[in-house]
Amino acid sequence: MIQRTNEEWLEALRDPIADEALEDLRAILLRGLRAALSSRIDSDLESITEDFVQDALLKVLKSLESFRGESRFTTWAQKIAIHVAFTEMRRRRWKDISLQDIIETPEGDEYTPAILTDPSASPETEVTQGSLLEMVKNLIETELTERQRTAIVAAMQGGMPLDEVALRLGTNRNALYKLIHDARQRLQQRLEETTGMSAQEVMAIFSNG
Amino acid sequence: MKINPETLKKVLFKVAQTRPDEISCDTCYQELDRFAEMLNAGEKAETILPLVQHHLEMCANCDEEFKALVASLEGTANLD
Repeated sequence: MIQRTNEEWLEALRDPIADEALEDLRAILLRGLRAALSSRIDSDLESITEDFVQDALLKVLKSLESFRGESRFTTWAQKIAIHVAFTEMRRRRWKDISLQDIIETPEGDEYTPAILTDPSASPETEVTQGSLLEMVKNLIETELTERQRTAIVAAMQGGMPLDEVALRLGTNRNALYKLIHDARQRLQQRLEETTGMSAQEVMAIFSNG
Repeated sequence: MKINPETLKKVLFKVAQTRPDEISCDTCYQELDRFAEMLNAGEKAETILPLVQHHLEMCANCDEEFKALVASLEGTANLD
């Protein structure tokens, strides 16, 4: 395989007859994706990654003008290939699951403060941990919008990827992250106001329990 | 809406780690290749790009893609 600088990659791939560079890039993306996905895909790794690489190559070629040169060209291209592959894998994995399925069927028991506390903690710490968690539950119910609650529970409880939650809420991953960030900030502010403790102090109660 | 015990604990820890200047998934994505190379080179990327590091701690999807990128780079280290 020819060693190329970033500029040489760009120049070669902009050439309408970029066969050799394209073939080299395809080989790099294939090798990279197989290394990244071998622990996640049990069968047909070869053909599945071939499909992902095909899509990724198209995206790379379309995005050449946005390459900022802050990394090696091949690192940037591998980042795109990873994103293409994960977006598609998430879509396939979650395609038949609704938000309702996720938020109404928790994997564990319903909220019971006692089982959340650390059994090795002192009785006083245990009580404090239980109260804090009870408080979080109440704040989620009273301080967040329905949309924020749904997004947080779907992502954190159901493990649904943000892209998939976003799709079902008619938004995008960026906007959804912002929605959840706003919700976390609101909870943090109200938690601090209610307890008189900083976030770090709250964490310490659980880590030192 | 039912909230299970583990979720409540996760929410609490995420809330405690929340900072006002968090970056978006798109901004994190833009920096991910540079961040991965810095880490590979042994640089303290988390101090140079602390907001990227923090975003990866807060966003499971971006973190998943970042770890996959690191694995991809390791798998292609001798190719180019």
